[in-house]
Amino acid sequence: MTNDTDYISKRKFMEELYRYRRGSVTRRHFLGVTGLGTATAVLAAAVPGLRPRPAFAAGDIGDRVVLATWPNYHDPANFEAFTAATGAAVDVNVFGSNEEMLAKLQAGGSGWDVFVPTNYTITTYVGEGLIEPLDAARMANYDPAAFDARFAGPGNVDGTLYAVSKNWGTTGYAINISKNDNVTPTTWKEFWDMTMDSFSGRTMVHDYQLTTIGNALKYFGYSFNSVDPKELADAEKLLLDAKPHLFAINSDYQPSMRSGDAWMTMCWTGDGKQMNRDMPEIVYVLGKEGGELWSDFYAIPKGAPHLDAAYALIDFMLTPEVNAKEALFHGYPVADSRVNALLPAEVLNDPILYPAAELLDALEFGAAATLTDPNRAELLARFKSA
Amino acid sequence: MTQRSRNFLLLAPAGAWFLVMLVIPLTVVLIFSFGERGAAGGYVPAFTLEQYANLPARWAAFKNTLILAPAGTLASLLIAYPLAYYLAVRADPRWKTALLVLVIVPFWTSILIRSYAWIFLLGGRGIPALLAAIGIEDVRLINTPFAVLIGIVYGYLPLMVFPIFVNLDRLDKRLLEASSDLGASPWRTFLQVTLPMSLPGIATGCLLVFILLMGEFLIPAILGGGKVFFVGNALVDLFLQSRNWAYGSAVAATLVILMLVSVTAYMRLIRRLGAQREDVALM
Repeated sequence: MTNDTDYISKRKFMEELYRYRRGSVTRRHFLGVTGLGTATAVLAAAVPGLRPRPAFAAGDIGDRVVLATWPNYHDPANFEAFTAATGAAVDVNVFGSNEEMLAKLQAGGSGWDVFVPTNYTITTYVGEGLIEPLDAARMANYDPAAFDARFAGPGNVDGTLYAVSKNWGTTGYAINISKNDNVTPTTWKEFWDMTMDSFSGRTMVHDYQLTTIGNALKYFGYSFNSVDPKELADAEKLLLDAKPHLFAINSDYQPSMRSGDAWMTMCWTGDGKQMNRDMPEIVYVLGKEGGELWSDFYAIPKGAPHLDAAYALIDFMLTPEVNAKEALFHGYPVADSRVNALLPAEVLNDPILYPAAELLDALEFGAAATLTDPNRAELLARFKSA
Repeated sequence: MTQRSRNFLLLAPAGAWFLVMLVIPLTVVLIFSFGERGAAGGYVPAFTLEQYANLPARWAAFKNTLILAPAGTLASLLIAYPLAYYLAVRADPRWKTALLVLVIVPFWTSILIRSYAWIFLLGGRGIPALLAAIGIEDVRLINTPFAVLIGIVYGYLPLMVFPIFVNLDRLDKRLLEASSDLGASPWRTFLQVTLPMSLPGIATGCLLVFILLMGEFLIPAILGGGKVFFVGNALVDLFLQSRNWAYGSAVAATLVILMLVSVTAYMRLIRRLGAQREDVALM
């Protein structure tokens, strides 16, 4: 971090400005710490210089940038800060699945500048020519050495950088233990058995073949990524047996869990953290048998209409201070050691965000072949229409 | 300018509209339906009947649609008819306009928002909580076929109410008086005068609702919890999830054909009913 010497840094200024705008500091404090109390006269002239990182704010990047991302995955205050710094408004499109994102890009004319693909889709995007190689020189805040290769690795395909690590996480399940005599289950076997017994009518599974089939495969101890016909047949039988007992097949499970209509759901790290933060009786479980480990990335689709703004947004989000705020907001762990250095100890020791090594080691990354396997897609269709 | 070329010019806008909005998209769907899925999804040109041969894999979705679309139409009719009757025949003329506006007002909001409102009404903290307060415990409404039916009736009610209302509103009230003067009971007057006279409205309303229901996907997805699966939902999944555009196109083409067949049969039936009525009227 540069230029933080005898005057207030540009970034600090923006932070103070946002604290002031949100009302968490007084006007007097704001004017005091920023020195604006005595310098209002030069403010107008200084405005371009107030931008936090000249590296990404240089030049005119246009008035908007379109981001395709997942639900509950960003701190809106960071977008406001980006807009204030660059003049480009962040237009957010929220998606439910990687397939849906891929379908939109395959159809063409998505209009996106930045999107957030998951690890197992990147080779497919490269193969289909839908993703733009990234120029690391245009992202001053990108420091490859700072990233954990386990999570950032899939962003490189055949030595070319296509995507930079956003967050990583796990797919487990969330359970309201007040409905289970405060007993916390530990396996996927219990998840499915309880669904068909004491939790009948109260369980949700994702509307997503990768995780719903993958976690049904875990009931039998098979690989999360299995495309073996016999193993898939076992998973299908389990899913069809469980279906009459399900509350819903829906990846938007937070509202139902919070209202108490659903008691248990397949769940991603950040959703588990967000629910647990507000309702401690909802706990997050990683099945002992294993399950999914994933990492998400920032990438730029081919033909992005606002390429400069796309780079500027990615670079802004990679700024360790900004990224740390994101992590605190959405509860997904980060692979960037510079960000982890800024996070409080209770976050780094949180078993939801950073699970114990033996639980983590049992997890598998989803594979590209798993996502595009037509048999798995048909299996899910049979399950949903049954 | 000859009459012929003038006719052509006058028809050109409508023709262009048909070409761009109907013929071209349907042709694309038909062409895609004979193709194949690409390795990473999408469409690869080919000529194969494989997609149509696979149709039985979506039989359950067709079956659900073919059950719930007529059931939803009938339920809408049963709810909408008394409402339309009240508005047209019984309501105080001073209030008529205001009451009609009340029927339309929900249409000003997106069906998505209105369906979400039903999630709360039907969810555990809504109607089931009220029922529990009067001693009826553990009623589950949300994410059931019944919830989907409620959503359908609610969502499509105005489409059913208005054609019937328009019909009943123009009904010559003297006919009802005549029927009554000739000694018919109110019930008999309704069955023999009012109901037959309002058949065109019923036919139009049912047609509108039925056609839209055949392609419905939003209400089952939101109020059915993803467990009630229509052809519309199968299409969304095929295009957006498994990205099997070729198969999705075959399913879509089949749905269009199914609609054409059922709507044609329906129109014939209505025409025959209409003809019978005229026979009765002549007697």
